[in-house]
Amino acid sequence: MLKPIRRILAVVFWLGITLLFLDFSGTMQPFLGWMAKMQFLPSVMAGNFITISIVLIVTLLMGRFYCSAVCPLGVLQDFFAWIGRWRVFRKNKKGKWANRYSYSEPKTWLRLGVLALFIIMLLSGFSAGVMLLAPYSSYGRIVASLLQVIYIDINNLLAQWSEANDNFLFYQVEPHNNPLLLMLVAAATALILFVLAFLHGRTYCNTICPVGTTLGYLAKFSFLKMRVDENKCIKCGLCEKNCKAACIKVEKGQPVLFDYTRCVACGDCQSVCAKGAISLTKKAGSTNDSFQTNPSTPSGEAASSDLSRRSFLAVTGTAVVAATLKAQEKTTDGGLAAIEEKKVPERKTPLTPPGSLSATNLQEHCTACQLCIANCPNGVLRPSTGMEHFLQPEMQYDQGYCRPECTRCADVCPTGAIRPITKEEKTAVQIGHAVWMKENCLPVAEEQRCGSCARHCPAQAIQMVPIDKSIRQNPDDQQWYDAEGNRVDLRDLLMIPVVNDEKCIGCGECEYLCPARPFSAIYVEGHEQHREI
Amino acid sequence: MKDLNRRDFLKIAGTATAAAALASCGGNSNSTLGDLDPAGHHSGPIPSDKMTYRTNPNTGDKVSLLGYGMMRLPYRQVAPTSDPNEPAPEEIDQEQVNKLVKFALDHGVNYFDTSPAYCQGHSEESTGIALKASGYDRSKFFIATKLSNFAPQQQSYEEGVKMFQNSLKNLQTDYIDYLLLHAVGGGGMENLHQRFLDNGVLDYLMQQREKGTIRNLGFSFHGEAEVFDYLLANHDKYHWDFVQIQMNYVDWNLADESNSRNVDGVYLYGELEKRGIPAVIMEPLLGGRLSKMPDHIVATLKQQRPEDSVASWAFRYVGSKPNVLTALSGMTYMEHLEDNLRTYSPLVPLDEKEQAWLETEIADLYVSYPIIPCNDCKYCMPCPYGLDIPAIFVHYNKCVNKGNVPENQQAENYQQARRAFLVGYDRAVPKLRQANHCIGCNRCSPHCPQNIRIPHELHRIDEFVEKLKQNTL
Repeated sequence: MLKPIRRILAVVFWLGITLLFLDFSGTMQPFLGWMAKMQFLPSVMAGNFITISIVLIVTLLMGRFYCSAVCPLGVLQDFFAWIGRWRVFRKNKKGKWANRYSYSEPKTWLRLGVLALFIIMLLSGFSAGVMLLAPYSSYGRIVASLLQVIYIDINNLLAQWSEANDNFLFYQVEPHNNPLLLMLVAAATALILFVLAFLHGRTYCNTICPVGTTLGYLAKFSFLKMRVDENKCIKCGLCEKNCKAACIKVEKGQPVLFDYTRCVACGDCQSVCAKGAISLTKKAGSTNDSFQTNPSTPSGEAASSDLSRRSFLAVTGTAVVAATLKAQEKTTDGGLAAIEEKKVPERKTPLTPPGSLSATNLQEHCTACQLCIANCPNGVLRPSTGMEHFLQPEMQYDQGYCRPECTRCADVCPTGAIRPITKEEKTAVQIGHAVWMKENCLPVAEEQRCGSCARHCPAQAIQMVPIDKSIRQNPDDQQWYDAEGNRVDLRDLLMIPVVNDEKCIGCGECEYLCPARPFSAIYVEGHEQHREI
Repeated sequence: MKDLNRRDFLKIAGTATAAAALASCGGNSNSTLGDLDPAGHHSGPIPSDKMTYRTNPNTGDKVSLLGYGMMRLPYRQVAPTSDPNEPAPEEIDQEQVNKLVKFALDHGVNYFDTSPAYCQGHSEESTGIALKASGYDRSKFFIATKLSNFAPQQQSYEEGVKMFQNSLKNLQTDYIDYLLLHAVGGGGMENLHQRFLDNGVLDYLMQQREKGTIRNLGFSFHGEAEVFDYLLANHDKYHWDFVQIQMNYVDWNLADESNSRNVDGVYLYGELEKRGIPAVIMEPLLGGRLSKMPDHIVATLKQQRPEDSVASWAFRYVGSKPNVLTALSGMTYMEHLEDNLRTYSPLVPLDEKEQAWLETEIADLYVSYPIIPCNDCKYCMPCPYGLDIPAIFVHYNKCVNKGNVPENQQAENYQQARRAFLVGYDRAVPKLRQANHCIGCNRCSPHCPQNIRIPHELHRIDEFVEKLKQNTL
């Protein structure tokens, strides 16, 4: 019974989480968002006591069932291991490709060492290290950076069909421009997992994964455990040979030993046992579940991505005077002007989404799973390649801006790095403020009237005022007068934008829609602490 | 036999519908019934010898009532583009142009209207190539082109002469049958003085007429009535051989609906008729807008003549005015050409009741829709800030026609309409070329023959899109 239930749950969670990461349209979140919030480590980061309690209770009840059914990285390894059975060209008595595992000694010191290192990194705020070891995030990065692009390609093919048939079922989406570094990290993780799982089953879970180790030592005290009825057992060793966690030790004349810190309660041994001797029961008895062995060094799976190279730090010069489009008098009709791509300005403080409270809060809580980035419909969120916020989301406004009706990143975030926020709350959260770059501004650089930023500002934080300082507004009649006291019509004047920092929320609409290219004449500088206005 | 039976049946059905539906619109609705396919569409060959011709009183030219406008030539993509924000490199599909021009000539069309400004400056050359390739003798067709000196740097005498000589070269000919001062009226008298009167360009053109390099001299008019009146008042001096005006059943009485500066067709046509100056008609279909009509109007028109296209009403309308020399149509596709050929081979004129019905009921209904009067002529383009202005307006109008511009969230089809508008918007116009990028520099508006306040309309559409996106309509 255990194995089929575990399998169904595993498939449901795995598909659900995968879809959540693939989806760009926001349709999955209402149905599947809870699955990300059922993940253990993100819940610890978020202080989500409900999930923490559920996982702990389940573990104390029946062992590491969580690792078998809920964790997408665990299920991914089972999938890789399932592929790996082709490695062994012999069948067991039931006609299945199997019998390829054998008991291995636990690598206790390595496990505890990694866990200790992980906790130290967590407490010291070394997020780049934390995120590399976080299992759910590792899975997220693989899907978001390597698979979502395929999903979007398929969608775009369907969108072509949709357009050809004049319906609106599918629409074109631009795939996220993932930095190479992110893809390398994800690919390296996937490769290591594949090799380990293909050859040895759940090695990663039982040596590296900090969640696996934590839940493993807790599972030693679980109420129900995989136990062997020694009266039925014939010591055939099938269970050992089929245990992907390599945690069952069968020896002639000895009781069968289980290492419950590594058992993921998958039920494979139960289903493979010809004598029906294994079951998940509470009856303490014939097995010895507290043996210790010497730690031995792991074979070659010391997964480490070389993070020392910091050469990827994108160094952008300060915004020089932008070569803006020079409007010319046209002589013929038709055609489209070329549009120069926007460049990202250098921001002293990174911009983080409303709900993240501060860059520090985001940095401390985020495990860089990429879920918010994969879900951002505006092309704003992208992984940072700086060391301090390695692969965590940061905002840029060269391809879009943080739209007022969108709270998707806050909706999906399972770690509390971006806290839930409503549209209404969002309009009052100041994540940064707009800064004017005089040299780039069209009225100054080209004597061209503009006002795009002021017209679009959703917070009404930008006003246009005459460049000519001698033209003043009379507070009594709200009209503008020149030095001689003549009333002037603002429609005839060159005007520049002035920003009311107190009202600006930092959404970036002004920066995105500013006609100055490649550097906008108005850009948003982040705030260390988000504030309410 | 079988065929005959089917046709008889269709004839009877057509008569019955027409008779029952609109006694006032005359009983001739089945007189043009040709071969019909089972869906009720014309399917037989297009007659090649039935074209209606009008005679130019000055030269005796027999001009086909259908004139070919060379402003909306077919384009083809030269290379694919990976960046959706960059326009795919395109060029005029010369092979297709040749085919269309040959087909038109074969079916009796003999008037071809181009300009140095059209198609980013490539229309004249393309027209010249296609006419040459058709194999027809130069005496068998009439070429109309224009002096399109809109930019200040083109407005000297020398530049004017150069432009005319260039037209002769590009069109591979040594004379122009119909030469027009291009789009006078916009910018008022001042503009007319700058472009033609003060610099001697008009004198030059009149000399060319004396010499025979120009056979007919005229002007095309958009904009302020003052200029039109001035030019006609000096008819004795200039001897206009023809004048090109915008006319169709909506603009007949309601041209000022979209902009008070626009002059009604009834006035323009009347003034020309009074003086015996033949009228060449532009925008008989309003850039296709009188073909792509709201469903309700389509149903009303189709009910009268189910077998005829919606566009055919607009062409028959202008053709029914006797002082019309030719009606120009920018036929991009073979289907457009075929449909128009059928309509004018021969013309079945509308009677006065039918004309009045279009001018009042249908036109009133049409202007009650919030359509932007853009005819996709691209005079406003290229926008220096990269916007695709006509594409934005065409998308907006398409949504108006389809009922996808909801007034508020309570509208019955709000959700579908919202999706259709927004998804369709991204399809029709790349994000970087959409209305929100308009900074309001207003370089476009002076070029618009329809006097659309382009930035104003773009900002209005931008606001509408924002409300749709934010669900705050």
